[in-house]
Amino acid sequence: MKTKYITLILFLFLIFFCYIIVFPVGFNKKIEFVNEKTPFSLPYIEEKSFIFGLDLQGGAYLLYQADFEGVPAGERLQRMEGLRNLIERRINLYGIAESSVQIRGERLVVEIPGAHDLDRAIDIIGETPFLDFREISPEIAEMQEKKLEEVAGYLGKEVSDITVQDLFNLEDSGIDNWEIIFEEPYKETKLTGRHLENARVSMHPVTQDPIILLTFNKEGSRLFEEITARNVSKPLATFLDGVILQEATVQEKISGGEAQITGGFSIEEAYNVARDLRIGALPVPIELVSQQSIGPALGEDSLAVSLRAGMLGMLLVAVFMIFAYRLPGVISVFSLSTYILFVVFLFKIIPVTLTLSGIAGVILSIGMAIDANILIIARMREEMKEGKSVLKSIEEGYKRAWSSIRDGNITTLMVAIILFFITTSFVRGFAITLILGILVSLFSAMIINRLLLSFFEEGKISKIKDLWL
Amino acid sequence: MKFEFTKYRKFFYGVSLFFACASLLAIFILGITPGIEFVGGSVLEVEYEKERPSLSEINKSLSELNLGEFNIQSLGVSGYLIRTGSSDEEMHRNIMSALVGAEEKQFESIGPTVGEELKNMSFFAILIASFLIIIYIAISFKEEDGSVSSAKYGVIATGIAFLHDVLIVLGIFAVLGHFYGVQVTIPIAVALLTTLGYSINDTVVIFDRIRENLRKNRSGRDSLEKIVNNSLNETLGRSLGTSVTTLFVLFTLLFLTGANLYYFVLALILGIIIGTYSSIFLAGSLVLDWNSLTKRDK
Repeated sequence: MKTKYITLILFLFLIFFCYIIVFPVGFNKKIEFVNEKTPFSLPYIEEKSFIFGLDLQGGAYLLYQADFEGVPAGERLQRMEGLRNLIERRINLYGIAESSVQIRGERLVVEIPGAHDLDRAIDIIGETPFLDFREISPEIAEMQEKKLEEVAGYLGKEVSDITVQDLFNLEDSGIDNWEIIFEEPYKETKLTGRHLENARVSMHPVTQDPIILLTFNKEGSRLFEEITARNVSKPLATFLDGVILQEATVQEKISGGEAQITGGFSIEEAYNVARDLRIGALPVPIELVSQQSIGPALGEDSLAVSLRAGMLGMLLVAVFMIFAYRLPGVISVFSLSTYILFVVFLFKIIPVTLTLSGIAGVILSIGMAIDANILIIARMREEMKEGKSVLKSIEEGYKRAWSSIRDGNITTLMVAIILFFITTSFVRGFAITLILGILVSLFSAMIINRLLLSFFEEGKISKIKDLWL
Repeated sequence: MKFEFTKYRKFFYGVSLFFACASLLAIFILGITPGIEFVGGSVLEVEYEKERPSLSEINKSLSELNLGEFNIQSLGVSGYLIRTGSSDEEMHRNIMSALVGAEEKQFESIGPTVGEELKNMSFFAILIASFLIIIYIAISFKEEDGSVSSAKYGVIATGIAFLHDVLIVLGIFAVLGHFYGVQVTIPIAVALLTTLGYSINDTVVIFDRIRENLRKNRSGRDSLEKIVNNSLNETLGRSLGTSVTTLFVLFTLLFLTGANLYYFVLALILGIIIGTYSSIFLAGSLVLDWNSLTKRDK
């Protein structure tokens, strides 16, 4: 008798715990309230959000095939890792957060959430090394000047006397964002390595230092002419993979589509850079074999609508269960709600990336959970109709329904596991939510539902036949 | 109330045979329209902020691009869906610059080798899955007295799921593909797999009851036919209850979600209806007939 109540209390704690992890915001407000009114300082719950797949939040999916011809087998993994790191760096450099680059055998999967401009993403990854030309940004330059004056005012020094050491000692001064002083005061132009037709090494006629001569294509020539025209007597910078290579002051408008970089290279470096500019510098050549871009609006719509549909569907299920199965139906609705809470809880802490196919997996597993409940209830009713007591019927119902529930769930679980191992991401999202859903549904039907029923199996309520049949 | 499922089984065999054959014909004659995931190609969805150009205008400007085979479908009031056989990025850019004023909503391209691989992978997955299911059921049903051999249950359960349920859903999609251009995409393939799982689960529940009733009937008082029919009647409430509740969720999804999920949900609904039908009207009867067939041989 006592163990029943202890289990119930443990179970309620579990529900409470899952609930505050799933919905931390409201709970944190209450903690804040308590902390303000009382001497306690309770910890807050971490407010983690769910991870949504590309199909739900929008973004780009790119699949690259590496070409390993002529690469010894032992070196391949290393090269792939080098490739992944390089591409990761490149994407991050251009301010696309939360992207993921994964190795799948000889393929590379690049997922960039929220990036709508697929062309640009492909360029950033494919154009290697990423060369671009930048012009002075008056805004940044002005901000730097102001910041320097602010620092000078704080230190009581002249602007020209500020040392780097001074800047690192600013932590307690209340001056923030001083890092901007170190930034290059440049903004991007449209001219990039894409517009290159050729790059070759030559010697500077006066200094004899190695230089790289660039020849632009038609569009590049036009862009270069425009840029130099509007920047006469101002510096123009060449960046390689986001790092400044050279700064030079534009003397006059340059037509004809040729430019030179004097980056202080050694001859060898100059040759390498020129070669990389011509053919690309990835450790392995890659080819884009598959791509997918999903507009975020499309994703948002389907998520909101699917959620609403799912909730309405569950409401219908609840109404049906209660009308068709009376008290056991009510109890099932309750254990099914905890089932949903547990599944959502697992999705959040593992975390599982939520995709449309994942939602489909959830729906199927909800179906399986309902099925388990109905199997048990139907069996209980049969036993009751034979005149057995409620207690006995519940016990028998569980015992007899178990083999069906077990076989059905194991076969579905087997299919899900196979799908998880042999298939691609879309099906995998389905498989993983189905696997989790089945495991939780077994727990909910066999343990939670049984526990809840045990509070009604004896006593007054068990005598009222209309509640059970 | 008691239904005579086994008594009229010849009729249900006929109905099922008709639909299975019709589906087979539809698949072979009309053919399945595979999604680009399986064959390679690209799908581009564009939307026009202002008035969209007419279909023939788009057709004309795309014809100049030398795309090979392509297909344009209007989408809502302001969009188009353009399918091409090529998965080339260059082509994608050319199309976008040819369609002046169009905004790209979605683009998907898959290389032919990736598609081929996925196709093989899916077949492989289905093959392993069904093989394991047959073995599992054979082992799980092993212990009973042997009046029906346990392997039969497994073979019938997977057989019905494949040769009836999945086949008919696929047949319906062959028809939909032929007349409405509906493609069998990965989501549809997932729905077929779900049908497979659901159908087997449904059948297993019924077999489980037959097995239990056979065990109770050690004395041999009742004929196998009577046991099968009783079992079907006993599990009927559960079969319908489960299907109805699952269909509740699916129908709300069908009416509320957009084009993205529509055919996926439709495939699930068809699969569950057909799966429920076959487990009630075919599975038990087949156990009965297969058993009497082998008994007579002895």
